[in-house]
Amino acid sequence: MSNIVIKAENISKQYRLGNVGTGTLSHDLNRWWSQIRGKEDPYLKIGEANDRSIKGESDYVWSLRDLNFEINQGDVVGIIGRNGAGKSTLLKLLSKVTKPTTGKIYTKGRIASLLEVGTGFHPEMTGRENIYLNGAILGMSKKEIARKFDEIVDFSGVERYIDTPVKRYSSGMYVRLAFAVAAHLESEILIIDEVLSVGDAEFQKKCLGKMNDVSSKEGRTVLFVSHNLGSLSSLCRTGILLQNGSIVGDGTIHEVLAKYASLNLNLLRTLDTIRFDGPLNTSISITNILINNSDPFKDYIHIAPQNEISLDVHAHSSCKNPIRILFSLFKDGNRLFSMHDVPEHLFQNGNFISRFVISPSILRPGIYTLAIGAHSSKEEWLWNDSVFDFEITDIFDENNDRRDFGILNVKTLSKSERIIL
Amino acid sequence: MENNQQKWTEVISSETSIFKLNLDEVWRYKDLLFMFVKRDFVTFYKQTILGPLWFIIQPLLTTIMYVIIFGNLAKISTDESPKIVFYLAGVSIWGYFSETLTKTASVFTTNANIFGKVYFPRLIMPLSLVVSGMIKFGVQFSIFIAVLLYYFFVQGNVYPNAYVLLTPFLLFLMAILALGLGMIISSMTTKYKDLSYLISFGIQLFMYATPVVYPLSSIPEKYKFILLLNPLTAIFECFRYAFLGTGAFEMSMLVYGTVVSIVILIMGIIVFNKVEKNFIDTV
Repeated sequence: MSNIVIKAENISKQYRLGNVGTGTLSHDLNRWWSQIRGKEDPYLKIGEANDRSIKGESDYVWSLRDLNFEINQGDVVGIIGRNGAGKSTLLKLLSKVTKPTTGKIYTKGRIASLLEVGTGFHPEMTGRENIYLNGAILGMSKKEIARKFDEIVDFSGVERYIDTPVKRYSSGMYVRLAFAVAAHLESEILIIDEVLSVGDAEFQKKCLGKMNDVSSKEGRTVLFVSHNLGSLSSLCRTGILLQNGSIVGDGTIHEVLAKYASLNLNLLRTLDTIRFDGPLNTSISITNILINNSDPFKDYIHIAPQNEISLDVHAHSSCKNPIRILFSLFKDGNRLFSMHDVPEHLFQNGNFISRFVISPSILRPGIYTLAIGAHSSKEEWLWNDSVFDFEITDIFDENNDRRDFGILNVKTLSKSERIIL
Repeated sequence: MENNQQKWTEVISSETSIFKLNLDEVWRYKDLLFMFVKRDFVTFYKQTILGPLWFIIQPLLTTIMYVIIFGNLAKISTDESPKIVFYLAGVSIWGYFSETLTKTASVFTTNANIFGKVYFPRLIMPLSLVVSGMIKFGVQFSIFIAVLLYYFFVQGNVYPNAYVLLTPFLLFLMAILALGLGMIISSMTTKYKDLSYLISFGIQLFMYATPVVYPLSSIPEKYKFILLLNPLTAIFECFRYAFLGTGAFEMSMLVYGTVVSIVILIMGIIVFNKVEKNFIDTV
């Protein structure tokens, strides 16, 4: 039977936007007056969903609205969402930094939260003193810290500086020391906000390893916010996807990540809003783009890795010189390859479609960004780096086609055999 | 219901109980309290030459200034006590009270970044200020005792008596009064900053409304009641009466001071509890 350690019931959190100033007093009085008459808080009704990009009517927004979820013991839960989706607010509620406006959270076991590394570090104090102070702030007793002291110092790798004030530390050393303290907390539930993005690659790896140990070996529950989708997918088993303060997806981390990708992407844009740069942008217009005959601005495109990908670029040219359409494919900011129109298709002007076909199984599962452009024989050009995104989906076949195996699908490019000796 | 079957260790909700102090939780975090006290001291004298001597220099210089200005220039009575002992007594206990008050009064705003990132019983912070103030006072008090002993044995014009046994109680009263007032002010400043401006000069004005640099006996009879309203009056008069054997001290004043201090402490706890759970949203 699963053992629920966190259960949230209808939790909401309302915030007031703008300045807290003279208007606040009148709102407070109004609130107090309705409380006396036994009425509901008038400002709870008028909150709006929290979408930071849209100008709202009301000064009050719901940073979180009616969240319900349960977390089992030993789960490693990734909390995903765009900036302002309510991730940090949720962590703040769970770590009791602030309380929910409505609703209840039931928890079982000691919760330690790491919303920031090095909370309470005092620059004048030495590393040793700060370990004790920070440990105590995070809820450890002096004895516990003393017992783990050597382990903490060892993990941080700053032994040489341990009796030097932390103001003389490099920022990396500071983070190392701070995370080392937090990593050795003995709590049943560990809450970690995006804090690992600092520190070098080696240390990040060490931290992720430590967090893995914490959950799989020690059976502790971890809640983890990160924008690093790679570490989320390798570390977490389940996920919660937040959008504008509501849960829009939960389940296994891969389901949630896929959902996140589809929410996040091109759907809010249209082709008209995409601006192409370059001197050709007056004479060439891209009128339509289809990928496997679907409009990527209407549907989020998923393509199974074994399928061919066809890309149609509809364009109109009034350029005097022959032009060529080209595209590039990016993954995680790296350009994978580029392709041009074939030369026979060059012509002066009018409407045309440039069709590209990418052979199947080159691309591994993941999210790809398409860049489209054109250039003329006279070195004039047109370019946009990120026209839309699409996804090559996972297939869990016998080749274990997982997304973290690399960029290219070597199956199609190479072969393997075993030589028995 | 499933909720009833499960044993939850904690329920986080929007409801606040006014009097719930969670003292057991504060006790669990006692190590943190001492870490904060230690931090206050360690950071006080880091990169200084005189180090902890500063705890002594400050009240001594202040006392000398008071002797010159209030004693010799303004010629304010000290109830026939030696001027140095009289002012040193006032300066050390006033120092304790004012420091504890000003620090607890800004406890939410100065620690907002810690409070915003991690949970521990918020009461720990003001309590640690009371304790570190107490230790500082201990140092200054020993100077006072040394000076007092000099006058007692060499000059013989001070008359300590059995009331010195009340000293811990007086300190406790000042602590809860400063804590209570400080918590009220700090809770109110989380949303409206006005009070924090008041406190810095208000504390100076408050000193003149308290018999720090003058004895209660030097106040004309018809204005005395104003001073008697101030709960600190009893504490200061009692302290000086105990160690110097002079002053107009009555037990009824101390009873009044005790009652007022307790009432203020309770009020402080109520508003502090109300504010602590949400202040981070408005501070």
